[in-house]
Amino acid sequence: MSRVASVARTIFLWDFVKGFAIGMKYFFKPKPTVNYPFEKGPLSPRFRGEHALRRYPDGEERCIACKLCEAICPAQAITIEAEIRESDGARRTTRYDIDMTKCIYCGYCQEACPVEAIVEGPNFEFATETREELFYNKERLLENGDRWEREIAVNLELDAPYR
Amino acid sequence: MEKYSFFVELLGPSWGFFVGSALHILVLIVALLVALAFLLLADRKVWAAVQIRRGPNVVGPFGLLQSFADFFKFVFKEIVIPAGANKGVFIIAPLLTFILACITWAVVPVADGWVVADLNVGILYLFAISSLGVYGIIMGGWASNSKYPFLGGLRSAAQMVSYEVSIGFVLITVLVTVGSLNLSDIVRAQQDHVWFGFTWLLPMFVVFFISALAETNRPPFDLPEAESELVAGYQVEYSSTLYLLFMIGEYLNIVLMCAMLTILFLGGWLPPFDIAPFNWIPGVIWFALKVCFFFFLFAMVKAIVPRYRYDQLMRLGWKVFLPLSLVWVAISAGIVVAFPDTYPLVK
Repeated sequence: MSRVASVARTIFLWDFVKGFAIGMKYFFKPKPTVNYPFEKGPLSPRFRGEHALRRYPDGEERCIACKLCEAICPAQAITIEAEIRESDGARRTTRYDIDMTKCIYCGYCQEACPVEAIVEGPNFEFATETREELFYNKERLLENGDRWEREIAVNLELDAPYR
Repeated sequence: MEKYSFFVELLGPSWGFFVGSALHILVLIVALLVALAFLLLADRKVWAAVQIRRGPNVVGPFGLLQSFADFFKFVFKEIVIPAGANKGVFIIAPLLTFILACITWAVVPVADGWVVADLNVGILYLFAISSLGVYGIIMGGWASNSKYPFLGGLRSAAQMVSYEVSIGFVLITVLVTVGSLNLSDIVRAQQDHVWFGFTWLLPMFVVFFISALAETNRPPFDLPEAESELVAGYQVEYSSTLYLLFMIGEYLNIVLMCAMLTILFLGGWLPPFDIAPFNWIPGVIWFALKVCFFFFLFAMVKAIVPRYRYDQLMRLGWKVFLPLSLVWVAISAGIVVAFPDTYPLVK
């Protein structure tokens, strides 16, 4: 009997009919897809995106050129050169480059920084048309910091209790 | 008129026919290619919907212009010809696929009298041209001078040859029943026998549908271009416009198979019921609707059926479909002889 049934199932393409029914069921289900460029998924405050160099509210750069980030960077993507600033004798960077094509977005630079100067912000949409555009310099990083300061500050505050 | 006298002289007294045909062909090809752009999108949308995705939805409203964007992307890309490839054959292969896919449409009647060439051997012509289609794929696979394309080409050849046999027998059952090789006549014969494909021809209808999947290298018979094994089969080394020609040719063949199913079994441009609300709608729209219905089935099959193993594919072709269609040729011939008053439908 079971053999007859299985042959009958084959002849009448029963598996196909059942598969079709299931397919149609899913066809009309609401889609869980996030409609990406128009709507975006939630991001954790710890999200490690594009780098930024932050400033103090008075406009002074936070970075003190301690080079801890450069030392800890496992991909050796960070290059820093420093000098004593003539006006007040403060130690400041003259060069702060991150090669974004080398960076592995581990977040160690942010962990190492004693003054929360270098951070990884929430931005992940910084694709470029050329490779060279991904070699960030100090100017670019500070600009990022100015642009994303509000979001970065909120995220740091949210994450502070767990540090 | 003086200006065109050279052409008139060149084409002879029937110049009007040539110009008319050329226009007709142009209109048909343009309409086909535009329809194809949307069918391609529909294919991806159906596939996405079954997987609870949205599918392409960024270019134009609901992603309607996606195929046009893809078209421009392909055209503007660089044509890469592998160093070891046979250059001539490599370039001819996709052209051949595309041209063969286009010229089959010459005999397809999209509505009563709307056909470029009303051949009396229409089915034979279709069968001959679609058999030639395998050359494009074999040439592409061989000329690439690479492992995967070659394997894909070989698989494709074996598969198409196997399923062409059963397709041939299915065609014979239909034409024995109808008594004509002219595609328009086959549709007209269904005027009085509207559910023609659902009588004792129904099994052949199913066999033809499944063979059409195999013939056009669609899943579950997409072994020639099985992504997980052969990357993209015979298309691996192709890029840019050459790849585009392959893809358009492939999809034109799929739509052609849908059109064949419509004409042979579902009454072509005829309305399903010859009563008031149905027969107000013009034939070409019925034809398009039926083709879209079959295309939807093709897309659904792609979404729900896993790929066949190679021996299963061969077994199905040679040990199931071939004997079945052969028996059905005998049965339909018997029926035609037993009821000489009704059959063949075209006297």
